[in-house]
Amino acid sequence: MKIKGAEILLRALSDEGVDTIFGYPGGVVLDIFDEIYKSKFKHILVRHEQGAAHAADGYARASGKVGVCLVTSGPGATNTVTGIATAYMDSIPIVVFTGQVATPLLGSDAFQEADITGITRPCTKHNFIVRKVEDLARTVKEALYIARSGRPGPVLVDIPKDVSQAMTEYHESGPPKAPAHDPIYVPDVTALNEALRMIKQAKKPVVMVGGGVILGKASQELREFIEKVQIPVTHTLMGIGAFPGTDPLSLGMPGMHGTYYANMALTQCDLLINIGARFDDRVTGKLDEFAKNAKIIHIDIDAASINKNVIVDLPIVSDCKSALQQLNKMLLQNHFTIPEKDRKAWTQQIDEWKEYAPLSYCAGEKIKPQCVIETIYKLTKGDAIIATEVGQNQMWAAQFYKFNHPNTFLSSGGLGTMGYGFPAAIGAQIAFPDKTVVDIAGDGSIQMNIQELATAVVYNIPVKICILNNGFLGMVRQWQEIFYERRYSHTNISQIPDFVKLAEAYGAVGLRATKPEEMEAILEKGLNTPGPVIMDIHVEPEEGVYPMVRPGSPISDMDLGR
Amino acid sequence: MAEEEHIISMLVNNKPGVLSRVSGVFGRLGYNIKSLCVAETTNPEISRITLTSIANSHFTEKVAKQLNKLVDVIDVTELKPATSVEREMTLIGIRIDKEKRAEIMRAIDMFGCNVRYMSDNYCILECVGETEKTETIINYLKPLGIEEIARTGIIALPQKN
Repeated sequence: MKIKGAEILLRALSDEGVDTIFGYPGGVVLDIFDEIYKSKFKHILVRHEQGAAHAADGYARASGKVGVCLVTSGPGATNTVTGIATAYMDSIPIVVFTGQVATPLLGSDAFQEADITGITRPCTKHNFIVRKVEDLARTVKEALYIARSGRPGPVLVDIPKDVSQAMTEYHESGPPKAPAHDPIYVPDVTALNEALRMIKQAKKPVVMVGGGVILGKASQELREFIEKVQIPVTHTLMGIGAFPGTDPLSLGMPGMHGTYYANMALTQCDLLINIGARFDDRVTGKLDEFAKNAKIIHIDIDAASINKNVIVDLPIVSDCKSALQQLNKMLLQNHFTIPEKDRKAWTQQIDEWKEYAPLSYCAGEKIKPQCVIETIYKLTKGDAIIATEVGQNQMWAAQFYKFNHPNTFLSSGGLGTMGYGFPAAIGAQIAFPDKTVVDIAGDGSIQMNIQELATAVVYNIPVKICILNNGFLGMVRQWQEIFYERRYSHTNISQIPDFVKLAEAYGAVGLRATKPEEMEAILEKGLNTPGPVIMDIHVEPEEGVYPMVRPGSPISDMDLGR
Repeated sequence: MAEEEHIISMLVNNKPGVLSRVSGVFGRLGYNIKSLCVAETTNPEISRITLTSIANSHFTEKVAKQLNKLVDVIDVTELKPATSVEREMTLIGIRIDKEKRAEIMRAIDMFGCNVRYMSDNYCILECVGETEKTETIINYLKPLGIEEIARTGIIALPQKN
């Protein structure tokens, strides 16, 4: 029986296990939305297409499944570009379906036409334009496969209106065909043996884990590995939750706003094992000084990440799960024991660093943002999904909330997208309706996608937004304070709007705390109030994020802010 | 770091937009494509792209890794001049003044060019060879009045046993 392209799209998605779409309708996707109307698909109507892309991204990060969104052509499509670029930089599997003008009109500057495959070519893993309805089902399957396989990433599928209207037979297509793309999943055993030899010899080893461990669902294997080898672990921003933040072997985050002890350990180690991180400049600081006395092992699914920024001694192209499983097996077979005597001095050194400069802040007359994060940690018992915006709020959340589980920290690391956190939190809450989901925001970032409050209210998505309201674009202000002699050029955004009234205007609950003594009670009330809540916490306006490494400096050169 | 010419040969899906993806990798990394040649292989679904670029020694690793990530790229190899056969075809349009006629004819003979078009005072020459030969011919003919030139850029295949 012949059915419409629009129906084929939904059936192909359904056959791939997709049941949730974040989207916004428009002219050329009317046929698809008509099918959604008739189907059982869960479609979440956002208020801006950027929100749809971030929500799909947050859904993907929290659930480990592919996030899907659907928007119209032209501005609908271009509005998703920031969301796509965000997912691209952090290797998040999302598929964005965009409507397109009918094929005879392509290239004619038709109403709401944009060359979205051209626009997104540099920020998607791959993209498609479907020119024939017969290709639609297979393209959907390939798009999802490409998004989730290997190093994951966003894929865009552009569907012209006449394709979604055309009729054809639907057959569930066979396995996806992308032979050029099939990633390597089998690590080289010789290399792994060499890695073990290096681990045995090392006196000052450090493991650095990144988003690859979370994307590769390898947290359990990582924990087993660390339990056996007893090597201290630092995690990048994207690697938060891959290893328990409360474990005595955890060093926290390295880099520009990393812990003193993580940065010192990286600088002085004699063996660095990088598992699924890409040596981002925010992590390495000055490259010449980075882990300069260390042998470096780098496990990464993406061969292009190896030797890109840091030249390594032992590259292992593999997904993190396979490599760690294999390593664990080999450790067991070799009856590996920790050379305790050799490591003692190193463990002591790290303990000294931890004692010398733990993450800290001074209490004051105003509410300290770090204390807000600690209180949220306490109240949620470390068990919430935390989304962040970008800037100081993001760094404080990364520093002061101890994440013990993967897929619970959602943050735009690579692109640094303000406005990411709230829609991402909505996406995560859709994936986990019963979990506590908190967006830790700044008063600047939250205004970039505040319109999604309507989405949260309409669907009763109980995301809790905690605004660390300092009246500034705080991170930029901090740089102006340090590097531009406190000339606060256009970073003072005044504590406007009244977020309590704003929440109420949308039909959400708004709460405010301005004094340290009322902060905890307000947070507790907010977290326990059903439905979406904004907690507007007025914090010390000129608080800075420390430690801080100046850009271009070695990471051992830290301003501890004291 | 010393810069030299690199020849990259790749097999790609013969589909719209693929060349843009490939050239995007070069542009993003800041490498200029010096010559580029694309055509179908014996399998009409697959095209071969041969391109050259002047760059330092990191070039191949950097570019090849990124190219290999493209879903439409099937294979990427760097060809070394010593172990491959390279050819380039050039069409040279040249104005024939009476007084230079003899010299042009001598050059055609000397370099073994083919004359593909001839009118009273204009001709189009075809020459095939390695880049070095092409450059020599062009340099020789330049003072005699080359009006237009079209080069295919290098195509190359590796030598095999």
